[in-house]
Amino acid sequence: MSGTYLGMPAFPEAAREAVGNRILRDNLRHATHTIRAKRAKAVAEVSDWAELREAGKRIKDHTLRHLDRYLERLEESVTAAGGVVHWAADAAEANEIVTELVKMTGESEVVKVKSMATQEIGLNEALEAAGIRAYETDLAELIVQLGKDRPSHILVPAIHRNRGEIRDIFRSEMSEWGRPAPEGLTDTPAELAEAARLHLREKFLRAKVGISGANFMVAETGTMVVVESEGNGRMCLTLPETLISVVGIEKIVPTWRDLEVFLQTLPRSSTAERMNPYTSTWTGTTDQDGPGTFHLVLLDNGRSDTLADEVGRQALRCIRCSACLNVCPVYERAGGHAYGSVYPGPIGAILSPQLRGTGSEIDASLPYASSLCGACYEVCPVAIDIPEVLVHLRERVVEGGEATRAGNKVVLRPAKGHAAERAAMRAARWAFTHPGVLRTGQRAASRTRRFHPRTLPGPGRAWSGSRDLPPVPAEPFRDWWQRTRGQKGGAE
Amino acid sequence: MRVALFLTCVNDTLYPDTGRAVVKLLTRLGVDVDFPMAQTCCGQAHYNTGYRHEAEPLARHFSDVFGEYDAIVTPSGSCGAMVRELYPRMGERARAEGRGDTLAATLAPVVPKTYELTEFLVDVVGVTDVGAYYPHTVTYHPTCHGLRGLGLGDRPRRLLRAVKGLELVELPGADECCGFGGTFALKNSDVSAAMGADKVRNAESTGAEVLCAADNSCLMHIGGTMTRLRSGMRPVHIAEILASTEEEPAV
Amino acid sequence: MSRRRWSCWPRTLADYRAIVHRTDGEGLAGLIAGLLEKRGSASVLVPPGLDEGWLAATGVTRVADRAESTPHELDGVDSVVTACAVSIAETGTIVLDGSPDQGRRRITLVPDHHICVVRVPSQVVSSVPQGLERLDPARPLTWISGPSATSDIELDRVEGVHGPRTLEVILVSED
Repeated sequence: MSGTYLGMPAFPEAAREAVGNRILRDNLRHATHTIRAKRAKAVAEVSDWAELREAGKRIKDHTLRHLDRYLERLEESVTAAGGVVHWAADAAEANEIVTELVKMTGESEVVKVKSMATQEIGLNEALEAAGIRAYETDLAELIVQLGKDRPSHILVPAIHRNRGEIRDIFRSEMSEWGRPAPEGLTDTPAELAEAARLHLREKFLRAKVGISGANFMVAETGTMVVVESEGNGRMCLTLPETLISVVGIEKIVPTWRDLEVFLQTLPRSSTAERMNPYTSTWTGTTDQDGPGTFHLVLLDNGRSDTLADEVGRQALRCIRCSACLNVCPVYERAGGHAYGSVYPGPIGAILSPQLRGTGSEIDASLPYASSLCGACYEVCPVAIDIPEVLVHLRERVVEGGEATRAGNKVVLRPAKGHAAERAAMRAARWAFTHPGVLRTGQRAASRTRRFHPRTLPGPGRAWSGSRDLPPVPAEPFRDWWQRTRGQKGGAE
Repeated sequence: MRVALFLTCVNDTLYPDTGRAVVKLLTRLGVDVDFPMAQTCCGQAHYNTGYRHEAEPLARHFSDVFGEYDAIVTPSGSCGAMVRELYPRMGERARAEGRGDTLAATLAPVVPKTYELTEFLVDVVGVTDVGAYYPHTVTYHPTCHGLRGLGLGDRPRRLLRAVKGLELVELPGADECCGFGGTFALKNSDVSAAMGADKVRNAESTGAEVLCAADNSCLMHIGGTMTRLRSGMRPVHIAEILASTEEEPAV
Repeated sequence: MSRRRWSCWPRTLADYRAIVHRTDGEGLAGLIAGLLEKRGSASVLVPPGLDEGWLAATGVTRVADRAESTPHELDGVDSVVTACAVSIAETGTIVLDGSPDQGRRRITLVPDHHICVVRVPSQVVSSVPQGLERLDPARPLTWISGPSATSDIELDRVEGVHGPRTLEVILVSED
């Protein structure tokens, strides 16, 4: 499986391919439209949704403002409850810590609960390099792993696959990894789920090491929370002897009571359920119940840098519900892979260029992967103003300026490839601050309008490849106004 | 009440009919509207493409031109949202950059006085029946910045429903973006075109003759897609429908 | 909690395909025996502190949860009967906190059939915030809302993956 996204083409090129892929378009349209209507219904049931959304935003903002304090508190409470806390500044450090912890158990395989943080750091590849096999146990992650594929959605990483494709992957690949797919497996979702149950059962029952992320960590009590549906999470969190959780530092909430907000908003926003089938919470270790050893690896990997940015830091409020992906018209057509990151969709377009910086071609193109329609902001349960951050990051790309990278203040240079645009924007600004110039231009366009082509050459094809140009009128409005009511208009 | 028409640079240059329709409509409703000749552009394209600092002089210019009026009416949801939502944000950012309150103070007066056309009609003039006549089947596309930015709600539909002869049909997937998005249409032209084509297909499925919206930028994209796809539908700005009367019908 | 709020409760449980039964203290043992029989269960896991009387009417083999029993052994047991810590009406959720009448987390996970007894009204709250208030975060908690499910295939919900595929909730009135 390719876990790295380096060398990804910029978003528009990757998206072009996706837009032309009929099957992918149909799969994405079907899945996103299915969940959109359900989410709207689940949210409409809650009379105080707006208040919950605001409360979620405030709790997260407050926590982020005092993150250092809450992290220390968390470390104390987890340690007091029998857990061991590790700090990882970046992906390499986190992978090293986890690999060492697994090696210490003497095991050569681990079972994994779906976790964005471990995807982000490429943990499976790091473990594989150390001779440790990681089994993904979430159904969608399993589909991705068996298909040697990459995830394309936060909640449903195999959203780009339809049931027929999933059946084919199960039939051809399951035997490579363990128990083969049942004879005569069809493409009904219930049968596919059953096939996954049988395939993974043996792995759960013999597993000695489990690896997870967490949806929330409670600073006050040291409690970890994993929200899931299938029961694979419960299996990984309770049956193994050793549990290692890799969690981004922004996942913290101050108190147990703060969970009341997110346990109401997360399920409804993500799977459109009043409550997801299973939520597990644990605090350190418990005698005779669950893993006897618990390690918590706290992951920074660009989060502190993101926190330093006044506008961009709101992205850290994200609770990974994926409502913004499901409602996004760009995601629906471009698919998740085009975003070149484990975090696709609108949230990915603001998260990846902050966690990784805007240096690469793909990261510099992500802030533009949006029509700024605002649907993402509207559904976000923690009110992240994604369009605001997108525009802010566009500014960072074209104008450069101050940013924080690896804890240091740096001054970024404007990204390459925007010189012509920058010149055009400057020229337009100059014309627009000199109304006479604008008027001269409008008149020239009107006078020559008979010679205007309906399609454009060169870069103009970006418009006229799919759309006709509007005809230029005989006179601009201002000339008509002056001709008919000239005495009234203000001075130029 | 001194009312200014902020037509927007796109409408001024490419869609003068919309401007004439707004003037006709407001005049018919007894509103004396002025067109300050020094107006140019609100700076939205600059701002949204990442050139906030280039947008600032345009915002200041806007404030200079329109500051003295009691109300500023614009037939564009996105330009209206630029002034109302983003001018205050530009002021805040300038302050955060250590440039003081000057920009915020300069822009503040125009923010609450700026109204999108349908908002002005319903909230300020207080009408939903503007005495229009338009004997066509129409479907309405709520543009994103009008819908989610300004929160126009059902104002445009209420205005359209009151038009004599007009049959309003619901557009499937109405709330979905048409794919214009300013420079998005150029930078991500494939996705933009796919969104546009889906919007046109949805519009065609209604059987309406006309797709109406309150923003010509979106209509330029949708209309350009319609002609390219040889759709029989026409894009029409809501102002032109509301301005149309039995005596002087719009085509 | 008010009567009105909890009228929705059996429905919210059932919305997620939990099978809901109602009885009183006298009918409980008979109901459990009937459910185990109907299921065809040969063995049932019993948490250490489960009320003896609940299984008084069934002859199904009782399996105690011992510290040394392996997950494989648990996998051979057909059903599990537990109490719960609290139930949340609005979301159709039952919460287990590992008390002696609920047992370790693994016993309600590996068997494919879970019967959970809820005392009504003392164990029922209307909302998530009220549920949190009653729970002790120091204990390992499992919140269960219906049988295991997945939306991973085309974002459409299918019940029954790794956790118990059949969840039966018995509401025992204390009146």
